[in-house]
Amino acid sequence: MATKPPEPFLTRTWDYITDTQIWKSIFRHGMPTTNRNRVLVVMTNVFLHLHPVKIRKSGVRLKFTWCMGGLTFFLFLVETFTGLLLMFYYRPTVAYAYMDIIDLAEQVPLGVMREIHRWGAHAMVITVWLHMFRVFMTGSYKPPREFNWNVGVILLVLTLLLSFTGYLLPWDQLAIWAITVGSNMARATPLLGHEGPGAQLLALGDVKMVHAGSDARFALLGGRFVGEGALLRFYVLHCVGIPLVAGILMAVHFWRVRKDGGISGPV
Amino acid sequence: MADAKDATDAPAAGAPPATAASAPKPAAPAAAPRQADGDGLTRRGFMKWSLPVGWVAFSAASASSLVATARFLFPNVLFEPPQSFKAGFPGEYNVGEVDVRWKDAFGVWIVREPEGFYALIAVCTHLGCSPNWLAAESKFKCPCHGSGFYKTGVNFEGPAPRPLERARIVLADDGQILVDKSAKFQQEKGEWDNPESFLKV
Repeated sequence: MATKPPEPFLTRTWDYITDTQIWKSIFRHGMPTTNRNRVLVVMTNVFLHLHPVKIRKSGVRLKFTWCMGGLTFFLFLVETFTGLLLMFYYRPTVAYAYMDIIDLAEQVPLGVMREIHRWGAHAMVITVWLHMFRVFMTGSYKPPREFNWNVGVILLVLTLLLSFTGYLLPWDQLAIWAITVGSNMARATPLLGHEGPGAQLLALGDVKMVHAGSDARFALLGGRFVGEGALLRFYVLHCVGIPLVAGILMAVHFWRVRKDGGISGPV
Repeated sequence: MADAKDATDAPAAGAPPATAASAPKPAAPAAAPRQADGDGLTRRGFMKWSLPVGWVAFSAASASSLVATARFLFPNVLFEPPQSFKAGFPGEYNVGEVDVRWKDAFGVWIVREPEGFYALIAVCTHLGCSPNWLAAESKFKCPCHGSGFYKTGVNFEGPAPRPLERARIVLADDGQILVDKSAKFQQEKGEWDNPESFLKV
């Protein structure tokens, strides 16, 4: 009588785990060993479902895509994670900001955390530009992808604004004066900046509507110069406002890559 | 859907369209949903004026909340030094010196010349940094990009395109010097000839 040999221990354990109600409630399909299950892996996952179920072979060719879009997204996740950790120590006030940055480097364990955040930021700006360069050189901005190119341009601007707002937070001399110089550009905003073209037109008789205390720069800084108000506003924009908008646009961006025909193939 | 279609079809059948205030036409098809209340107001008559009024009110409320939210970004009270301040009595200044005592608090240098005073605003005309007065070299020097200004405020080196701005400087009623940064005088516009840009003593 030939009896079936007992299953190995690991196989039995695995079978037991995958048979539990907890496992089956999370994964509503079998192992991705068949085409059907591979499709279900992507389609039943809220994060993966932005991604196409199938891509062309060229889509994973590093030589063609440079993986710069993916690297940019990865760096955004790094920045989100390290930034969240930094928020546990950093207080955005004139009295504490600079000391907290020193503290983060010298007293807090893993003092390199802030440097990872900073290097990640530099790297992200570089990868965004390279991604854009790749998309341009491969003509992937052309119809039907022109809408997604514009979403990408906005994401580029948001990336630069994230860098700009983050630059002020150390509250050292470099930060304060760089933001002073940078935000002075807002004075020249057409109509909305008090030194910009058309600002004089917005006046009621002799009373100027747009002046140093009511223009775009004032709204950005929360004051007439880079001070307490500017630090707090930049902090909120850096940590919440811009990442929120960027996150939503990234979802649109990835979705449209898929909907507009996937990563464009080599010509 | 069917009701609305019937209602619109009714006038086309020969009857003139009912106006909002007039009594409902009794000749409507049997399926017509017109329900007159005690005042003779039809549902359509009510909708005709209430829908536009409602939308206008909703739009106005939305727009005003939007304006109010934008206004939220502009604080009423600023915890910044005031634009104008009293800078002591003229006798407290030494002739020929650039006085830096108000620079940190108000961003203004007061220069005492034999003929009188002028107040220079400590904002570089290049990109808005804060220059320093270098007494040994008798010049204002901006640390950001190296612009240099003579004691008069006129630029002579670096990227600054025009002289420093002067602030209004007059004598207050109590005899103290009053500096008002909200009134600025620019040399390139010939405003340094303005009597309020130079306090004669």
